[in-house]
Amino acid sequence: MLAFSIRRMIEAWVVMLIVALLAFVLFRYVGNPVDQMAGQYTSLADRELMHKQLGLDDPILVQIARFLWNALHLDFGISYHFREPVSQLLMKRGPATLELSFAASLFAIAVGIPLGVFTGIYKDSLWSKFFLGVSLIGVSLPTFLIGVLLIFAFSVELHWLPSYGRGDTVALGLWQTGFLTASGLRALILPSITLGLFQLTLIARLVRSEMLEVLRTDFIRFARARGLSERAINFNHALKNTLIPVITITGLQIGSIIAFAVITETVFQWPGMGLLFITAVQSADIPVMAAYLILVSLMFVTINFIVDVLYAFVDPRIRLHAMSAT
Amino acid sequence: MLQAVPAPPLLDVKDLTVQIDTRRGPLLAIDHISFHIARGEILGIVGESGAGKSLTGAAIINLLTPPIRRIQGEISLQGARIDGLSIQAMRELRGKKIGMIFQDPLTSLDPLATIAQQLIETLRAHLPLSPSAARARAIGLLREVGIPAPEQRIDAYPHAFSGGMRQRVVIALALAAEPELIIADEPTTALDVSVQAQIIELLKALCAQRGASIMLITHDMGVIAETADRVAVMYAGRIVEIGPVAQIIQSPRHPYTQGLMGAIPSLGADRTRLTQISGAMPRLTALPEGCAFAPRCTKAMALCQTQRPSLTPHEQGAAACFLLEGATV
Repeated sequence: MLAFSIRRMIEAWVVMLIVALLAFVLFRYVGNPVDQMAGQYTSLADRELMHKQLGLDDPILVQIARFLWNALHLDFGISYHFREPVSQLLMKRGPATLELSFAASLFAIAVGIPLGVFTGIYKDSLWSKFFLGVSLIGVSLPTFLIGVLLIFAFSVELHWLPSYGRGDTVALGLWQTGFLTASGLRALILPSITLGLFQLTLIARLVRSEMLEVLRTDFIRFARARGLSERAINFNHALKNTLIPVITITGLQIGSIIAFAVITETVFQWPGMGLLFITAVQSADIPVMAAYLILVSLMFVTINFIVDVLYAFVDPRIRLHAMSAT
Repeated sequence: MLQAVPAPPLLDVKDLTVQIDTRRGPLLAIDHISFHIARGEILGIVGESGAGKSLTGAAIINLLTPPIRRIQGEISLQGARIDGLSIQAMRELRGKKIGMIFQDPLTSLDPLATIAQQLIETLRAHLPLSPSAARARAIGLLREVGIPAPEQRIDAYPHAFSGGMRQRVVIALALAAEPELIIADEPTTALDVSVQAQIIELLKALCAQRGASIMLITHDMGVIAETADRVAVMYAGRIVEIGPVAQIIQSPRHPYTQGLMGAIPSLGADRTRLTQISGAMPRLTALPEGCAFAPRCTKAMALCQTQRPSLTPHEQGAAACFLLEGATV
């Protein structure tokens, strides 16, 4: 198990290295950093000086090493647009995105799995057909439309929930949390539904089809023939056997929830990393984009790693295979 | 061989009829079959694939799933009707009164639950046992079915067992709550030939100890000859011949059974060509009007094309053939 984890860890670092190199290329060669920072009236001599100070004269390998070394210390340079260290910007914006993504994933999993189990077991009931019909809407409507519709219904018409922002936040050390205030929690509801709805329907449909598959297997028939209760069959045996693909997809979806919170954050003016990224794109703020690229890949790599380890927990066969393979 | 006294039979099936609903209309998969199994008796059910053997087993404990359903028939266990039981009552009966063993031990066990978990949940579903008592009982069961070092092996997952060992676990699971009848649906088909005899012997010995009856579904006449007390031969959803195993093997009356017996290879006998039954069993969608076997039968008469023969008693058995009713060509 340990060897399995270590091997996966090494693979993860290789991926990160490649992404960091891409980020470096983006930083160094998409536009000239000096042009981005210097104003119209900066003299040529000053430009030369900046070029030197930024270390752009050094051999390329030295530049790469420096970039990697800095990235390892979370130093991504200074944002052209905000004139602030990028890492500081991300630290400020990160918690908002992470909290939103957490709430959205929780919503997607907590509603999606039971819905999938229900529609899988009672595949012919009217409720199942109703849920499936509705879930089709969830899959096919674009996020921004759902967001706008929710704002229209619950903020504009009913005045129940705020339409933008995070509400009040409380500082826990460096972390600004909205989980601890009533207005923070209220502000979280609409964005997390908007962000999680697609994932919810995806998980529900996945669990449903996996349930249908597993319920047809011999061991479920044998479990019936042994006289086990329907509850034991459905939850102890069937649901557990559906979990491998569900964990994979859910894990990767959590990654994309965080990475693609951009749209939801824009609709709700949520002060997170996604909004920061959009601003960076609009102002060609390369350091921010490079940092965001690295951060998002780090997130995906980490989630993939966790998913792999979770597999081994759920399925003893993978545990055995992994151990014998290393 | 003495036949067990059939009154009251442990299992009594009358006019069991199973239908498959398809878009093109209903198909009769099992057509009014009747048989009984005495206490402690082993009834073999043989027939080709698609003859309705497995469906018969599944119909008895109501494990048929749509579009397959039982449309007619009385099933009694120890004199009490068990068809039409509520879902809950049927669940309590499965495993407790009637155990079932399926063909493929590789897929019969939940791959993600340990042997201990599966045995203990089965035991506790039927018997008032504490978890530790159930565990002790589970270890005892594994020892009985011949799993070496059951104290350690019980916490293993199914993938750690070979096919034969898994089938032993399956037998332990089926016997856990001491059912009175075991329906064994091709219990050895998926196993190595060398292991088959062991598994059959084991099943037979354990059921004999407990006084349990076995309904042994197979297409292996060798297994039937060695194991069963009586045998029912199925063809296209009907029983064509039923009787004590010695009688069926030595003097089969139905031309189909005769063909089956001629097709068994044996080492000792003179090595002539095995007889074979030409043609194939008719599809359920195209059952002939008369006797379903008539198109392949060497002794078919005009009568056979238009009318279906019913089971006619003969010695200690019965066969469904007009030849037995004294009809002549």
